[in-house]
Amino acid sequence: MHELGIVFYIIRDVKEAAANNHVGHVSGVVMNIGEVSTIVPEYLTDCWRWAADKEELLKGCELKINTLPAVSYCEECGQEYPTVAHGKICPFCGSEHTYLLRGNEVEIKEIEVPDD
Amino acid sequence: MEKVKIVEIKKSIFENNDKQADNLRGELKSRGLYLLNLMSSPGSGKTTTLIQTINLLKDKLRIAVMEADIDSDVDAVKIKEATGIQSIQLHTGGMCHLDAEMTRQGLDSLDTDGTDLVILENVGNLVCPAEFDTGAVRNAMILSVPEGDDKPLKYPLMFSVCDVVIVNKTDVMPYFDFDLEKCREYVRMRNPKAVVIPICARTGEGVDVFASWLLNEVRNWKQ
Ligand SMILES: Nc1nc2c(ncn2[C@@H]2O[C@H](COP(=O)(O)OP(=O)(O)OP(=O)(O)O)[C@@H](O)[C@H]2O)c(=O)[nH]1
Ligand SMILES: [Mg+2]
Ligand SMILES: [Zn+2]
Repeated sequence: MHELGIVFYIIRDVKEAAANNHVGHVSGVVMNIGEVSTIVPEYLTDCWRWAADKEELLKGCELKINTLPAVSYCEECGQEYPTVAHGKICPFCGSEHTYLLRGNEVEIKEIEVPDD
Repeated sequence: MEKVKIVEIKKSIFENNDKQADNLRGELKSRGLYLLNLMSSPGSGKTTTLIQTINLLKDKLRIAVMEADIDSDVDAVKIKEATGIQSIQLHTGGMCHLDAEMTRQGLDSLDTDGTDLVILENVGNLVCPAEFDTGAVRNAMILSVPEGDDKPLKYPLMFSVCDVVIVNKTDVMPYFDFDLEKCREYVRMRNPKAVVIPICARTGEGVDVFASWLLNEVRNWKQ
């Protein structure tokens, strides 16, 4: 359900970008999705298929997903580490004083347009 | 192979919403109207807490409520019957959260002449509502005792966007292993500025603390 909501926002932004760039049909949309963004890529592509085919601009348009790794920073020892493997606890010094640097992204990277 | 041209976008899908939310907040400030966004899991006591809070404040403030639900109006009716204040239902059309645009539409359909405070009961969910800024002045959330004291660890974003965490259903504390001190510590880890207020919405115990916090907030917003 969350993913369907996100798909509606993607469609709205792609429509806007298409209008700004005078594009009549979009054949692919490339997303950057952070590992800890709470979005499940498979659900997103399922919802996308259902919703995108209802739009003239996006008929058959493929949603491609780039997964971006999540990285946390430790305030105690100043090192960075992969969030998914270690969570809140710094693997170098065991501190809990850590925060997410990146990995939360839900962004449209680019759209692909048939070139004729 | 079909040739394609790439058009670079590089834009977060939350960007439009964040802008609309900021605009809405600016507008609310100039109208002297305070909007509170109340979030929680389903059934943690949002509607019961609102009824108690409104009954404590309705002589001091003009209040209205917007109830967001996927598809029903039981909460809006309940609020109206129990408090007599203006209350409307917003249907989210299947969406798991409200965004700034939907919130604005809700406000437009309310009669806000002379209103000091509008409270938005968001959709019951600890994930999606936290990602979408509604344009509210402050965010509050309710964590009920049966849900467990570890929720700030499991739903970090929700706790980091909230200014107030209400711990509800303290009457059932003896039956659960909920540790209030641990909960405070976990909330502090996510958000050192958040205020934690334990209440029992069933009996009204502690609700006055939340009501004074809110009254103070609304008065400051108007200055
Ligand atoms: N024991 C106990 N039960 C409570 C308390 N507050 C609320 N409840 C009960 O919890 C149930 C859910 O309360 P609601 O106020 O409807 O919760 P809600 O968050 O508005 O629920 P949704 O809108 O469905 O997400 C009801 O049966 C309430 O009577 C409390 O302090 N103690
Ligand atoms: Mg309710
Ligand atoms: Zn460290």
